[in-house]
Amino acid sequence: MTILLYGTIYAALAAFLAACLARAVLYARAPLHLRWELYPVPHEETRRAEHGGSYFEELDWWIKPAQFNLLGELKAMAAEIVFLKGLWEFNRKLWWRSFPFHFGLYLLIAAVLLLLLSALLLIIAPGWMVGALGTSLHWLYTLTGLAGAGLAVMGALGLLYRRLTDQQLKTYTTPGDILNLAFFIVTIGVLAAGYLFRGPAAPSTLTVAVGLVSFDSSVEIPGLLAAGLVLGALLAAYIPLTHMSHFIAKYFTYHSVRWDDKPYLRGGNLGQKMAEYLTYRPTWAAPHIQADGKKTWAEVVMINPAQRVKK
Amino acid sequence: MTKKVKLDDMSRRDREPLIHLDHEELMRLPPPLDDPSEDRAFSPLSAQVREKYECSLDDTCAVSVPQPKTKEEEEELVKKFLSGLDKLFTRENNWTFLQPLLLTMEHCARCQTCSQACHIFEASGNNELYRPTYRSEILRRLYFKHVKGGGLVSAWQHGQITLNWPLVARLIELAYRCNLCRRCAQTCPIGADNGLVAHELRKLFSQEMGIAAKELHDSGSMLQLKVGSSTGMNSVVVKDNLEFIDEDTSEKTGLEVKTPWDVEGAEVLLIHNAGEILAWPENPGAFAVILTAAGIKWTLSSELAGYDSINYGVWYDDAQFARVALKHAEAARKLRVKKIVLGECGHAHKALSVIADRILTGDLNIPRESSMTLLRDIVMNGRIKLDPARNDFPVTLHDPCNLVRLMGVVEPQREIVRKICPQFREMEPHGVDNYCCGGGSGFAIMSGHNFPDWRFQVAGRKKIEQILNAFSDCLDPSIPKYLCAPCSNCKGQFRDMLAYYGLWENQRILYGGLVELIVNAMTDVKPGFIEWEWR
Repeated sequence: MTILLYGTIYAALAAFLAACLARAVLYARAPLHLRWELYPVPHEETRRAEHGGSYFEELDWWIKPAQFNLLGELKAMAAEIVFLKGLWEFNRKLWWRSFPFHFGLYLLIAAVLLLLLSALLLIIAPGWMVGALGTSLHWLYTLTGLAGAGLAVMGALGLLYRRLTDQQLKTYTTPGDILNLAFFIVTIGVLAAGYLFRGPAAPSTLTVAVGLVSFDSSVEIPGLLAAGLVLGALLAAYIPLTHMSHFIAKYFTYHSVRWDDKPYLRGGNLGQKMAEYLTYRPTWAAPHIQADGKKTWAEVVMINPAQRVKK
Repeated sequence: MTKKVKLDDMSRRDREPLIHLDHEELMRLPPPLDDPSEDRAFSPLSAQVREKYECSLDDTCAVSVPQPKTKEEEEELVKKFLSGLDKLFTRENNWTFLQPLLLTMEHCARCQTCSQACHIFEASGNNELYRPTYRSEILRRLYFKHVKGGGLVSAWQHGQITLNWPLVARLIELAYRCNLCRRCAQTCPIGADNGLVAHELRKLFSQEMGIAAKELHDSGSMLQLKVGSSTGMNSVVVKDNLEFIDEDTSEKTGLEVKTPWDVEGAEVLLIHNAGEILAWPENPGAFAVILTAAGIKWTLSSELAGYDSINYGVWYDDAQFARVALKHAEAARKLRVKKIVLGECGHAHKALSVIADRILTGDLNIPRESSMTLLRDIVMNGRIKLDPARNDFPVTLHDPCNLVRLMGVVEPQREIVRKICPQFREMEPHGVDNYCCGGGSGFAIMSGHNFPDWRFQVAGRKKIEQILNAFSDCLDPSIPKYLCAPCSNCKGQFRDMLAYYGLWENQRILYGGLVELIVNAMTDVKPGFIEWEWR
């Protein structure tokens, strides 16, 4: 049974990574779209970024050296990723539910990584885990995990309550939305219960983690904890199949759309991409487009439909 | 109270509008427009219009889609819609916006954060039909069901939808209940873009079904491609008009101005929105005064579309958009100018400077600059002499969405008004957080049936609130006030909307451009360039 559990966890992890990768590749390989940025753009020069300005505010901007304010962009990203700054600014009521949920998940992920680090250290260099380092790591992943679980469940319950009671959300709520939140609540709840009520004879979390890393089938994992681990694995595999994979999408919505203000410069690689797209053959059927599936975009846009009608 | 609409109401087969607008439910306006019982009544659509066109969304009709006469015709239209829907998600047909569209379809969390950012939703009294996500959710469900081939699991996860002609007909109208200002997108925590959804729907209807608002297509981009301007002016007429404007401006200012045409190698190719030439001739006149006084070598072009910066395709059709943008760039290339400077027209700024940037390859990629930037350089560097005392009246500044939120030109125009208008006051909010004038995305030129009622009472309502608040300390008909709107479409909306609410007649709120304020303050010019007359 233990091996089956390990197998499920590894399979789910593989499914999670594969689905995330597939989604990221889908977006990354989409053609470079026309510019559609939205200001403020935080990598603008600091003075301009403060009021949401762009390089278009500079006289003869194309002969001035391009400035990329990496620090500004990193600061905006950190505030958004860690603190959900956008939600804080524009939907405070939701932030009080969404922030604990997301921050709780971050803590849970951190706890899992710390646990795995401890397990690896115990296997590779067991001596290191004796003493202060081992104790510190133990307390760190335990407290981080418990705090994360508490915050995430609290946030998810708040989000679920709002979904079920707020009139403005009801029209747009599908059974899938309810399942998504319920899945988190049940999974984290069962995991936490499995941990807290595991009994004195049960193996420690570190032992379970070592067993998972080393495929040790002798570890006897209590039923409730095992159920929590299976649910966690299934949840991980499920997330990238849904809109909840916005942790991938957000990279593109921000960096490739909202903040993508890169100008076309002669000789740059944008020209090569555009040259490729202009060879595509559209099939739009409206008469004024005059796309017959044979003409390329380059040919279609050189047609003047008004003057053709005149003839 | 109108019953709250649901998503499946879009497929209702009866021909009754889904909602009726009631003044009591609309957002309250500040004084002196704070009594809803004194609001102008919404003109009802005539029985003939209701009989002839698809008007089953709300109390107005923007696109005038003829009703299909037979069931077969309806089915054919639905088939066309489905075919267009598929194309919207293929790289061959929609490489231009595929990535942002996919991201928006796949990742909206339906948290409704965007709703409160939408001026139309707020002004309507939070009417569900105008919620930014309502339109998007319809498209999203159609996408999962018909493009991704959804089944039971998909319907369970993404929601049900019934596709039929009534839904398509209502969706056509609903695509024209958004100003494409993208204020909603600015607030989305995920980065989903409901403005883009309206844009893409309009494209689908135009590019596949040949359906678009006639003001944008027939008398918009098609007319521009035919004669050179959506105003109907060909190059001979536009030159005649400019000659008249030159004479008039010279007489009025005491400075000799002559608009140069087709000057090869000029430093600046200035492209106006040709609507200025007909509706607000003082604007191109003021540009001529400033550029001449500043010693700039500039020119206009008489090439097809080279003298009219409008590009309505940016609101509804990628092919039409690209065709016009290429004509603008071609005009500049022929004259071998150093840069194109866009006059006071927001959508023309965004269209040519931002959206067209990647399709203007090779030697067509001639630098484009905002007139705001050039004017700031002229004003702030003392290239013309100015006396702010000449502008000593209350002035507020409208931020055209295309220029500010969508292009990042925020400060140049502010630096100018701060310098030359002692009584300048900001609207709140302003800059990149501004509200649309309500005429965005083509609405300013759309006046069919009773659409202006909707445009002024719903789409423009938030802006009216902002204007009244900005002038709340001087709402006195004896004090002339100036609403500076450096954008032709916004000015078109203000012209009609201020008149609709009687705000010129009763409160002396005049609208105009930025260059008029500059010339009004020029010491070398006879005083009184701004005439305080309604036009």
